[in-house]
Amino acid sequence: MGSGRRRAGRYGIALALLLAAGLSAGCASDPPGPARARDAGAGGERPVTLTVGVFGSFGLKEAGLYDAYMRLHPDVAVRQSSVERNENYYPQLITHLVTGSGLADVQAVEVGNIAEVVTTQGHRLEDLGAAPGVEREAFLPWKWAQGTGRDGRTVALGTDIGPQAVCYRKDLFARAGLPTDREAVGRLWAGDWRRFLEVGRRFAARAPKGVAFTDSASGVMAAVLVGAPLRFYDGRGELVVGSNPAVREAWDLGAAFARHGLTARLQQFTPGWDHGFADGGFATVVCPAWMLGYIEDKAGPAGRGRWDVAAAPRSGNRGGSFLVVPSAGRHRAEAVRLAAWLTAPAQQARLFERRGSFPSASAALALPVVAAARHPYFGDAPVGAIFTAAALGVPRAPVGPKEGLVAQHLSDGGMLQVEQSGRDPDEAWAGVLRSIDNALDR
Amino acid sequence: MTSEAGALPAAAPGEHAPGEHAPAVRRRARGAARWAPYGLVAPFFLLFGAFGLFPLLYTGWASLHRVELTAPDERRWVGLRNYTRLLDDPFFWNALGNTFTIGVLSTVPQLLLALGMAHLLDVRLRGRAFFRLVALAPYATSVAAATLVFALLFGREHGPVNWVLGGAGLAPVDWQNGPWASKAAVSAIVVWRWTGYNALIYLAAMQTVPRELYEAAALDGASRWRQFVHVTLPGLRPALLFTVVVSTIGTTQLFGEPLLFGAGAAATGGADHQFQTLGLYLYEQGWVNLHLGRAAAIAWVMLLALGAVFGAARLLGARRAG
Repeated sequence: MGSGRRRAGRYGIALALLLAAGLSAGCASDPPGPARARDAGAGGERPVTLTVGVFGSFGLKEAGLYDAYMRLHPDVAVRQSSVERNENYYPQLITHLVTGSGLADVQAVEVGNIAEVVTTQGHRLEDLGAAPGVEREAFLPWKWAQGTGRDGRTVALGTDIGPQAVCYRKDLFARAGLPTDREAVGRLWAGDWRRFLEVGRRFAARAPKGVAFTDSASGVMAAVLVGAPLRFYDGRGELVVGSNPAVREAWDLGAAFARHGLTARLQQFTPGWDHGFADGGFATVVCPAWMLGYIEDKAGPAGRGRWDVAAAPRSGNRGGSFLVVPSAGRHRAEAVRLAAWLTAPAQQARLFERRGSFPSASAALALPVVAAARHPYFGDAPVGAIFTAAALGVPRAPVGPKEGLVAQHLSDGGMLQVEQSGRDPDEAWAGVLRSIDNALDR
Repeated sequence: MTSEAGALPAAAPGEHAPGEHAPAVRRRARGAARWAPYGLVAPFFLLFGAFGLFPLLYTGWASLHRVELTAPDERRWVGLRNYTRLLDDPFFWNALGNTFTIGVLSTVPQLLLALGMAHLLDVRLRGRAFFRLVALAPYATSVAAATLVFALLFGREHGPVNWVLGGAGLAPVDWQNGPWASKAAVSAIVVWRWTGYNALIYLAAMQTVPRELYEAAALDGASRWRQFVHVTLPGLRPALLFTVVVSTIGTTQLFGEPLLFGAGAAATGGADHQFQTLGLYLYEQGWVNLHLGRAAAIAWVMLLALGAVFGAARLLGARRAG
């Protein structure tokens, strides 16, 4: 009996130890929060450490902007934490905002989420429009409006935007008997996306075997959509996806590309798409300014001199981001100063120069590094002039809370089925509307 | 371990029953002995309460509200609305069907393969330890790594699987978009990861079967196959039951594989939701669409469904036994 009791006691202690070990292990494997982000290098002992939370390779760090800021402000250290994909970054940001913990001092927000952040989280963010040194006139008016709530507070400052052009393969155009000069190519489809379709059919008639005119039907649909003066939401914030003829027009055009077999049937930002750049599976891709660096990466040295940039049929803006400063942060005043500096015209111009992110500050457009910019990889194309013209032509469309989600359902859901499974466009359209209704809980 | 600790308080008074005039010190010591085990197991129950029970109940509470992640404090009571709407939610039924299909497509071949593998490993052969290690290697691989590799293997244009099919003169399969092909591909990842794990469990169980039974069966002239059916399988019954239960739970929670197998719109489980599982639908409702109340309701339905399945299995088993 006695020995049994001792044994039980020993088991108990072992159990407790095991539990303690398990607990401490659990703590050790916690994912590092933004506060414990990777050290940016210098200055752990500086009095103020500001953190910047971004998604993907945002470019601020890569363009050397943090280092420059730290040189200007010897008392401030800037560190960055990054989450690869916005789908994972955004829910985390919302959770942190709502609970008021785990936030970085400055946080990035993608344009597809900006309306939701401004309308539902605006009261948890600092008013950056009133910050010293921030000038409303320095920004493109539609970009400024997107970061401003109904109460007139501007809680988000624009970083880059995504005016669009068409990137095309000169060599493939030549083999299909089309002009290769960027002016002439731009004239082929100027003014109307339906002419882009006609050019596609001309290309397909004489194209080398196995080469599609463009990468994806959803790429075309997105390009048409972002140029529409009214998209998914009307001015009062009502969802109009199903009733807005402009959306249906974009859908039909994308479906036409799929039906005529003018696409390489790829999904953007997947490994297959990356392959397509490398092995020349398609001759064109509608490219927002930020995509140029991506194409250069994926197409590699072999693509140098083959790719070029022409004006798109119509202006439109795809993508772009904002910076916000959560009120729950510890160094709010310093964070506001940092956000204002990072989005000021001079820094936006530098971001464009180093990373190709196109400035949302209209004041930056006139700076020579932007206005006179040429891209060596794309046959020395005057990208500054092309994208400036596109940016100035972007219509001022209302942006709604679930903008990004709706766009994703349309492209990665419905249009992908039309293109890859050959589903009837009308049937897929009805399906995607149901899917959107379900996602938006209407 | 717990049963022994639990038996302790009952045993303790019996030990000292004759000593009626025990001094106060002894009595205090006896009190400590009586309560010590509870103290020792308390951390588990505290942790379980904090991280197991509370979230469970809170999820149930949230499922009775309309609540969005953007404003979790603004709850609106909707009663059972989140549950009743699942009845005519085609996406929910689709996810349930997919979960079932993928579950069958992965569990059945997985357990059969594991049985065969365990049988092979049970035979005396050179380098057994090495083969057992190899069998367990897929289980040690992270879901993410395995799934990303499989997504490449099953690629439409550049995937080795289609390349092999093409070599055999077959048409390439669209593993990403085909309603059946995509489910089969997701199942393949599950089978690959878990077969070795189950095989080792079967192997451990096989080694507890007394060798004399095989000798006796062999003396009676039973073939290897009959030995397997009549000696090995009955000996494996507890292990079989365990693996079936664990696989069923795993199937219900299937999440990482379909999430990462989908390339772009990951949480929808393919363009037509063709491989969206319940776990993925729950994630989409909660963390993509930000509807916490609906996500909570799906979570509870998953738990209830699992309970119903096991309840039914138990009833069936009892009837057959009785």
